[in-house]
Amino acid sequence: MSIEVRNVTKRFGSFTALDNVSLEIADGSLTAVLGPSGSGKSTLLRIVAGLERPDAGEVLLSGVDATRLAPQRRNVGFVFQHYAAFKHLTVRDNVAFALTIRKRPKQEVRERVDELLELVQLSGFADRYPSKLSGGQRQRMALARALAAKPRVLLLDEPFGALDARVRAELRDWLRRLHEEVHVTTVFVTHDQEEAMEVADRVAVFDHGRLEQVGAPAELYDTPASEFVLRFVGDAVHLGPRLVRPHEIVLRRWPSDGAVEVEIERIAVLGADARVDLAEGGGERLTARLRREELEDLELTRGEIVWASAEASARDAEAGQALH
Amino acid sequence: MPRRLGLRAVALGYLVVILLAPLGMVFYRTFQSGLEPVWQTLSDPDTIHAFRVTLIATAIAVPLNTVFGVLCGLAIVRRRFRGKGLLNAFIDLPLAVSPVVIGLCLYLLYAPRGGWFGTWLAEHGFQVLFAMPAIVLATIFVSVPFVAREVIPTLRELGNEQEQAAATLGAARWQRFRRITLPSIRWAVIYGVVLTTARCLGEYGAVAVVSGRIEGSTETATTRVEDLTLTFNTAGAYAVSLVLATIAVLVLVAMTVIRPREENA
Repeated sequence: MSIEVRNVTKRFGSFTALDNVSLEIADGSLTAVLGPSGSGKSTLLRIVAGLERPDAGEVLLSGVDATRLAPQRRNVGFVFQHYAAFKHLTVRDNVAFALTIRKRPKQEVRERVDELLELVQLSGFADRYPSKLSGGQRQRMALARALAAKPRVLLLDEPFGALDARVRAELRDWLRRLHEEVHVTTVFVTHDQEEAMEVADRVAVFDHGRLEQVGAPAELYDTPASEFVLRFVGDAVHLGPRLVRPHEIVLRRWPSDGAVEVEIERIAVLGADARVDLAEGGGERLTARLRREELEDLELTRGEIVWASAEASARDAEAGQALH
Repeated sequence: MPRRLGLRAVALGYLVVILLAPLGMVFYRTFQSGLEPVWQTLSDPDTIHAFRVTLIATAIAVPLNTVFGVLCGLAIVRRRFRGKGLLNAFIDLPLAVSPVVIGLCLYLLYAPRGGWFGTWLAEHGFQVLFAMPAIVLATIFVSVPFVAREVIPTLRELGNEQEQAAATLGAARWQRFRRITLPSIRWAVIYGVVLTTARCLGEYGAVAVVSGRIEGSTETATTRVEDLTLTFNTAGAYAVSLVLATIAVLVLVAMTVIRPREENA
């Protein structure tokens, strides 16, 4: 099911959480809504789910106006950052909730729950209570619960935010694979740009309640629409007056047009890449990322003075690649 | 000497002197002159009637205050409205105001001559004061706070995420309340009901003012105790007290049984 948000504004008191936001999400896509905390990304998701009502604007689900529709009538699956597990129900009853509410026959509920528990790898945990599960297991349970009634849209609000790094990485992979299997339109909110780039086909970047840019991960990285996107998606450093990616910096032993004179402070080799810490004449520091061969060809040493410039072609060379 | 042991001794000693000694005394005195006077008082129709009045008032007040307490808790925790602070403060009023004063207020409202509501009601043939309605009203009044006070912190701790999750899963408002909210606060409600029941059974002050204390008609168990004392039927007074104390102990036991289960839920 497609989602369309049209000119949505939402205020909480004097705070504007969303400022005239319009966004279209295609049927079957996997979209990340990315932004720092307070950027309005969670509010947008909650408005799509019907958990908040916009002050202005419309939400269309499959092209039909759903702005005033109660959440229970939207048939969306929602996954909360802190799981929102029903603590008084077993894992099985948690997952079965949407089907029990819909008064489906017991046999059907049982089969569907078993199937979902298998999908989220919790088959052995059906009779446990959520308090006896780890964070990652709880979130998988919450996902199974959200998928039970075959929702038209799956919305995830910082789903991995409360989990430790290893479990996070695991669940990311797993969400990606799940989406390939189930193909439900999925939107997830995150403040982690790496997570957004890795998992989603499309990323919508928010800042201060405004939509800054929407596009494929590579597009945001290569052609950021604003300084905010450039800074927020991937690393960015100041080279003289310009804001550039660390890997776009080229070092030469001679001055050229627009090049900035820098002193090499430190060189760290990180596998195939190397990080070179530089200091400009004014004392400002920046970091360049070079390939190992490049570094070896230049035969740079600490304390040397070189000229740094940023070449647009460097961007093209790295296009489409993940960060780092 | 370890400080903790000292503290424990003080706490226990206090409980023994203040609570257990008088309670033990009641048990001792009741059976001091044998079972005969005990049986005589307890089988006296007026005593039986007094217990019946108390139980009827309790049976009306407890469900009403349970529903009110849960609704009030939900309103205070979940809703924003004008006068919320006032409502929150008013719930505690019956704890802050002496029951005798509450009785007096009811008296002033419902007196058949000159009472705000009483005059009108008397003209239409309703007698509130010195009759069952006044006893019920007084009992409801004094036992208002307990369910709400138990439910409010539990609701705060619960938050509303689970209910929002239930909403996205297709549950309408009543289904969310029945399947998520109520089961989540059930122990707080039960605990509140136990306290409310105990308070209703033991109510004396307000009821003493408004009931008229007519033997065999508007006397409650607690006012019966006083009556028996005043008529020098001490053995009888002890017997009725014993029944009330036994109920209180049973309530206590019920509470201790409930509490530990709550931790595992």
